[in-house]
Amino acid sequence: MSIGETIRNSQAWKSVFRHPMPVDRRNRIVVVLTNFFLHLHPVSIKKQGIALSYTWCMGGVTFFLFLVETVTGVLLMFYYRPTLEWAFQDITALRDVASLGIMRELHRWAAHAMVITVWLHMYRVFLTGSYKPPREFNWVVGVILLLLTLLLSFTGYLLPWDQLAIWAITVGSNMARATPILGHEGPGAKLLEIGGINMITNASDARFGLLGARFVGEETLNRFYVLHCIAIPLVVSLLLAIHFWRVRKDGGISGPL
Amino acid sequence: MHVSPEAHLANVAHGLGVFYIALALMNSIAALYVWQRLKQTGTAIALTAFVALLAMVAAAAMGGMPPEMPAGVKAVINNLSGPVTYTLGTTVLLVVLFVGRKFFSQPLVAWAMLNASLVLMGLSMADSNFFSIVGKPDNVPIVAMIFLVGYFTWLATYRAVQNDERDKQGLPPLEAMEDEKEKVLVWPDLVYTELICMVALTAILMIWAILLQAPLEEPASAVKTPNPSKAPWYFLGLQEMLVYYDPWWAGVVLPSMVIGGLILIPFLDYNKKGNGYYTIAQRPFSYLVFQIGFLDLWITLIVLGTFLRGPNWNFFGPYEFWDSHKVEALNNINLSDIFWIKVMGQGLPTAPTGAGAMMKLWYILQREWLGFVLVIGYLVALPPLMAATVFRSMFVKMGFIRYMLMSNLLLLMIALPLKMVLRWSFNLKYIISIPEYFLNF
Repeated sequence: MSIGETIRNSQAWKSVFRHPMPVDRRNRIVVVLTNFFLHLHPVSIKKQGIALSYTWCMGGVTFFLFLVETVTGVLLMFYYRPTLEWAFQDITALRDVASLGIMRELHRWAAHAMVITVWLHMYRVFLTGSYKPPREFNWVVGVILLLLTLLLSFTGYLLPWDQLAIWAITVGSNMARATPILGHEGPGAKLLEIGGINMITNASDARFGLLGARFVGEETLNRFYVLHCIAIPLVVSLLLAIHFWRVRKDGGISGPL
Repeated sequence: MHVSPEAHLANVAHGLGVFYIALALMNSIAALYVWQRLKQTGTAIALTAFVALLAMVAAAAMGGMPPEMPAGVKAVINNLSGPVTYTLGTTVLLVVLFVGRKFFSQPLVAWAMLNASLVLMGLSMADSNFFSIVGKPDNVPIVAMIFLVGYFTWLATYRAVQNDERDKQGLPPLEAMEDEKEKVLVWPDLVYTELICMVALTAILMIWAILLQAPLEEPASAVKTPNPSKAPWYFLGLQEMLVYYDPWWAGVVLPSMVIGGLILIPFLDYNKKGNGYYTIAQRPFSYLVFQIGFLDLWITLIVLGTFLRGPNWNFFGPYEFWDSHKVEALNNINLSDIFWIKVMGQGLPTAPTGAGAMMKLWYILQREWLGFVLVIGYLVALPPLMAATVFRSMFVKMGFIRYMLMSNLLLLMIALPLKMVLRWSFNLKYIISIPEYFLNF
């Protein structure tokens, strides 16, 4: 008996994989049905669904990039403290001192790539008419995921706490000042005036809610850190689960049922 | 940091040499494929000649003399480029590509276009001004995005053209052929593809991360404002809209409309055709509307905002130095100014001092009446008018609510290019301008 066979016949191996190697039709079906990760897939799919020239694989690539972001993000969190005192210094240390010093590069480039691939995924889904019935709802989930991808990238942009970060976020969040009714420089802000006292000021409007302060400062850094590392990823994970589940329930990636 | 052109050339010579060698390799593979598989000897010879040319260029670059765009050509391009030429130029280009899609989507034509854009890129990279913007670490993904979007647009068009041709002959689309509908097992066919994709992607990310360091500027300072101050690159289309719209509209309402409009697409598109295959002819309206939004507005405005907007958000040609002292006259005027001062020859109606709130409002309405009539006419009168004429059959099929949603979203999207044209031709700032209430449109 070869070593491979010995391992595959051991009790430990069999406790994990309850079936022989997927080398014949029966076991190739069983492997997908019994594996937690693989059962995200159906057992068989239309040939079209695996043709790269049709699918572009952009949804899968986006999901993989999300996983890369999760792994590198956790590693970065070991080193990074979201305070005015340490944020920038920790990033410099990550570059100059930490071993495997490409984690921040991986994280940043994968983030940019993810924004692009999620757009390309939407592009493919639109061009193949895959949002048409019965997949209307999954398209809606997808649009929300696209928005959350942008927000993930936006909140992460601040964390290095360099000039690039703080001013990009300042420019981006200044728009919120002009939110109708809820921004202190937005149309209708004066409607919420009670007894001559303005309710919407630069210390109570939509932008203040986003930044936690009247300008991008330590409160913002903390707020964006929590959004970036916990709040948005949790929502994204939930929506991803729904998105994948619905692909199966709606009968594959595209085409009428 | 401004490097002298000579120093820059010495810096990039080696990299450009590698670039041209890669280009030559790419084309020699193509030549081999064309010769062996397609049996087109003439094309293969032409490609081989091109490879020889590229090899010579690569040798020159490696020797420290990469070819440059002639200074005269650069000057002409810089002088010609501006927001008007850029926006109209990209739109005309997209229209030409769309109308001539049968020709342009042929693989060899597309290959020639790819080569042309790569050579143009190589020539431009030898320019220090061009390189200092395009070579910024955070801008590299956008260059990649331009090529990726171009490639996938070609791929989709290529398949759509084939399917439309088959449809004319009464054949089913490629994706609906019996062979394609056949089912295959996920293990091994799909999981192995996924595995290969993941390995390839990991390799690409690692190489990218090792070659290009993530940007890190000086520590944040609330008192030193950089010029230009730019939002993250994917929001630069929105930042560009700030030129034409007030922040409440460019930064809040329109982005919400984009998201809302995207969400509504499956509920507004009643066309049952084109589900599960690439086609243009079977769904021309939805295709065009989406492409105007995605390619012509979203992507081109991001490219404009990233590469061509410099200090003070002034427009700079691709080979122009980003000079923060460049002055551009800003003499934009509101519609109310045009009407009351230029046409009527009198001052703006102004409420007498000490007037009550209602009185002030009355004067504002008087001042801005033309703008209100135009905007309300555009958004309220135009949809029923279109329903009775050009969109008649659409209105019947969609019903009142869907039609109204569709036509208003469409009009709001088209309002952006309209407003751009009005700005360029009449220096028009706002159609309705009520700074008293932060309400400008």
